[in-house]
Amino acid sequence: MQLSHRVILAGSAIGMPVLFAAPATAQTMDVTVAIPQLKVAEYHRPYVAFWLEKAGAPAKTIAVWYDFDMKDNEGTKWLRDVRQWWRVSGRSMKFPADGVTGATRAPGTHKISFTAGKGALGTLAAGDYTLVVEASREVGGRELLRLPFSWPPKPGQTARAAGMSELGAVTIAFRR
Amino acid sequence: MNIRIARSLATLALSAMFTATLASPAAAHRQWMLPSATVLSGDDVWVNVDAAVSNDLFYFEHQPMRLNNVKALAPDGSEAKIENALTARYRSTFDVHLTQKGTYKIASVADGMMGSYDLNGKTERLPRGTTAATLAQAVPAGATNVKTTTTSSRNEIFVTVGEPTTTALAPTNNGLELVPVTHPNDLIAGEPATFQFLLDGKPAADLPVTVIPGGIRYRDQLNQIDLKTGADGKVTITWPTAGMYWLNVTTGRGMGPDAAAAPGRVASYVATLEVLAP
Repeated sequence: MQLSHRVILAGSAIGMPVLFAAPATAQTMDVTVAIPQLKVAEYHRPYVAFWLEKAGAPAKTIAVWYDFDMKDNEGTKWLRDVRQWWRVSGRSMKFPADGVTGATRAPGTHKISFTAGKGALGTLAAGDYTLVVEASREVGGRELLRLPFSWPPKPGQTARAAGMSELGAVTIAFRR
Repeated sequence: MNIRIARSLATLALSAMFTATLASPAAAHRQWMLPSATVLSGDDVWVNVDAAVSNDLFYFEHQPMRLNNVKALAPDGSEAKIENALTARYRSTFDVHLTQKGTYKIASVADGMMGSYDLNGKTERLPRGTTAATLAQAVPAGATNVKTTTTSSRNEIFVTVGEPTTTALAPTNNGLELVPVTHPNDLIAGEPATFQFLLDGKPAADLPVTVIPGGIRYRDQLNQIDLKTGADGKVTITWPTAGMYWLNVTTGRGMGPDAAAAPGRVASYVATLEVLAP
């Protein structure tokens, strides 16, 4: 189960269509994230966490990109450097996390899709949400972006934020 | 000769620590422990701790802190092992293997007694190392006007793997202790944090609380924050910036004229707390 989710996430990383076997009417949220190319002497791909916040509800992690395939789960040692995510959600989770764990991504634009009622997104109550994206890079910096949206989304609804250092543009689009 | 010098230096260090932690928060030397991290993730987790007595925080430039009284409490309340302990010229260092999830408390706790008595028209001080158990032997026959003060000093740090827990933080009801209202491993710059201080298990009211951010060497102002515990022993601190902070709470001196009738009580508390950026 865990493995199949990882495969799905890895598939979306290289631009393949999302493979969830959801009915055509299911609400899908597409999140596009740009990881900037950086001119630094020592570059490591950032750890990136995606989570949802809603007033009065616990934070809900929907994806974490980290070095999940290191010997003895050693990549989890640096999860705490994704500091705000670690505080609001990560520290209460077990890793690897089913449907949430994913590999780190190279610089470039990546799309990950979440389908209502499926996987990490699950069923969302109606209301105002914030998607928070936090990136932390080994021997580099940390950046956090917040994208508010309402659920269920209105037709044509989008959200957009742009990072200055560790993240490029992040956008949310919705489709059925 | 060298050995003799080393010994007298060690004695000096001990007395400096005693003065610094018990007598006055304004005393120059500060005792501290500095953990390699306070918020940790992962499966095979260790913390390495530096321990020293110095003027500037947190630079090891004066004396090592002695590790004799250091103990680590695991999240389940059991004692965890101190490993790879080393005392060098300016600092001590040790490791704790954090095999459980939750919050560890690592503390150096020392109890003692100071005092004086009159004999043949002269006032003598009780020898260093006197305890309640050895008091009878320490006071010679014929001594009058015996005054005693029991001392407790506690210097501690907290480290958490995964979610913060509080079992290891349960008070022992001896000396000055911190009871979390805000968890000491959940501190964020700009957010107020509240701690309750107990003295021998009761709310420690109206005591001075000193908070100093680390990095003193590279700034001109100490940036000390002076607070006082309320009637309930609580104090609220809003951290101006992220970083390591030294927190010190002390009772009064306890040896003044007021202490003549009843035995005195002095206690000190030190913690190093890490505040993270929001």
